[in-house]
Amino acid sequence: MKELLVRLTGIYGPSGREEAVRQAIRQEIEGFVDEITEDVMGNLIAVKKSSNPDAKKVMLAAHMDQIGLIVTNIDENGFLRFSNVGGVSPFNVLHRRVVFQNGVTGAVSYETELDDMKKLKLDKMYIDIGARSREEAGKHVQIGDAAVYHAPMAQSGDRYFGCAMDDRAGCAVLVETIRSVKESPNELIFVFTVQEEVGLRGAKTSAYTINPDIGISVDVTLTGDTPKSRPMAVNLGDGPAVKVKDASVICHPKVKDLMIQRAEEAGIPYQLEVLEYGGTDSGAIHLSREGVPSGVISIPCRYVHSAHEMVDRNDLENAVKLLTCILEKEIV
Amino acid sequence: MAEVLRRLTEASGVSGNEKEVREIILELAAETGAEVSVDRIGNVIARKKGRKGSKKVMVAAHMDEIGFIISSISENGMLKFKVVGGIDQRILLSKRVLIGKNRVPGIIGVKAIHLQEPKERNTVINQKQMYIDIGARSREEAQKLVQIGDYACFDSTFVRFGDNKVKAKALDDRVGCAILLELLKENYDIDLIACFTVQEEIGLRGAQVAAWHVEPDMAVVVEGTTCADIPDVPEHMHTTRMGKGPAISFMDRTSIVHPELFKQMVETAEKHSIPYQIKENVSGGNDAGSIHKSRGGVPAVVVSVPCRYIHSPSSMMDMNDYNNTIRLMKEFLKGCETQ
Repeated sequence: MKELLVRLTGIYGPSGREEAVRQAIRQEIEGFVDEITEDVMGNLIAVKKSSNPDAKKVMLAAHMDQIGLIVTNIDENGFLRFSNVGGVSPFNVLHRRVVFQNGVTGAVSYETELDDMKKLKLDKMYIDIGARSREEAGKHVQIGDAAVYHAPMAQSGDRYFGCAMDDRAGCAVLVETIRSVKESPNELIFVFTVQEEVGLRGAKTSAYTINPDIGISVDVTLTGDTPKSRPMAVNLGDGPAVKVKDASVICHPKVKDLMIQRAEEAGIPYQLEVLEYGGTDSGAIHLSREGVPSGVISIPCRYVHSAHEMVDRNDLENAVKLLTCILEKEIV
Repeated sequence: MAEVLRRLTEASGVSGNEKEVREIILELAAETGAEVSVDRIGNVIARKKGRKGSKKVMVAAHMDEIGFIISSISENGMLKFKVVGGIDQRILLSKRVLIGKNRVPGIIGVKAIHLQEPKERNTVINQKQMYIDIGARSREEAQKLVQIGDYACFDSTFVRFGDNKVKAKALDDRVGCAILLELLKENYDIDLIACFTVQEEIGLRGAQVAAWHVEPDMAVVVEGTTCADIPDVPEHMHTTRMGKGPAISFMDRTSIVHPELFKQMVETAEKHSIPYQIKENVSGGNDAGSIHKSRGGVPAVVVSVPCRYIHSPSSMMDMNDYNNTIRLMKEFLKGCETQ
């Protein structure tokens, strides 16, 4: 799991530019599935067929994209102005190192005449790639290019931290689940989705095409276990979280209860999650066509959308176990 | 060509009330030899069968504009109203509007400066305090002219001025509608499906319906977009610059432009030496937001004519940008044939 996570979190893939992530995941799962396709939006779709003639179609989704900074203007001195791709807080990106698709790196800073840091907004900030002029900068970066955090994964005890755990951790869990599921009475359609961070867009179109009976997405969620954090009953390391609701979806009770039942049968630690803000791919999947009963398995994660998103190894491993237990049995 | 723009921009077509605009488009689209229909939500769909017919290309522009809807009539005959779409309330005072299908003239009023407290003079008056005055003395008199639920649009004529500039209301997006009508005059190898959509300003609604039944292979949205190359706006916030050509988007808040189509659009402009610019802002949204998420997904790209002061009665455009957008779109559609 660790090596896989290092590989996946180290890949450049802001929303709309997921090619490299897609390529890497394809390599990881080739030989473990019956069929791999890509759709027009760029979603990677991997199918594990079933010999059961009454197999239910289960769609599993984890998003490949990560948040980023997109260049909107290059000034005459070579500084890059930018806007956000997904939920980017000015404080999270301030004085971070960022990297573009072609490997060019830069530092994020701000107009220092600003007197009150509370007024810090992205349009008062810029990326400095060390260029001296617009011409020099233009040789490396074009308007419309996006940068992501440059923060290779680190480990401390059981905790892994780095950028893009949201949602490469979910991708890693799905990859390991693909490898671990032996025989299933269900047809399993694993979708590594695009553009989740900008509005669950890849999940919406892929759910339409797949037309599943059940939807399950795997994504990170927040925790409430850091000093004076906003109250939330999810702790890092206490097990994968079975989502009850967030701002995008109220999980179908049947799917939620099934997840709990399988966890208890197998003695896998789990926690229940109610997330006040934010959403995930199941938000789009459950509203597809006539509706799709959907749930979510969440990976507890501290400091989401920062350069140091922190997850716990045990939560990841237990998420794989739980998903495997769910998928290897009948889904009613 | 300017005559079409005049007719389109002077017509009233606030979201949900696009009839006047639709009638003009139905007439002009039919003249191009396209097969024209109106769908159930009110979008105009004009099809031009291609010579090869291998690919369905949807081009979209929205017919609706921002405006007002009458919400109540007071005892003294004044009309209270709600805004439809995104309007800066600071621009509303003393503007002339036209209400309902009989185009009843009215003025957005507020008490005169002489009667205002000093404090009031220094604050922006809230839209809720404003009213439309149609000169009626009583509710009964007003009701003979206007009903609750009537729409109102700005009263603003199409004017040519300066160095090939025009001023009009609703350039966002009648300029796109006019461009689509120009595109329909030519024949292509691809199937061209021009969609003149309703209710874009209140949530990209018409386009969602159109994309569903048209089921295109790809889409191009033609817009009138923000142009903030004006004093006191820092350069990096200009978004687009007037006279620098059609603006090609790479992203906004409702879609990320398909990278291949973005490249194809830029290369088309370069190959044919058509001036163009990249839109330097990702705020706002347009019909591509609903089209690209339709069914299993539709690759989409956005091209816009820069318009200063959009969503006001006096938006402004450079005719060179307009003509260059038509050129770019025609070459792009011809290029689609060989893709």
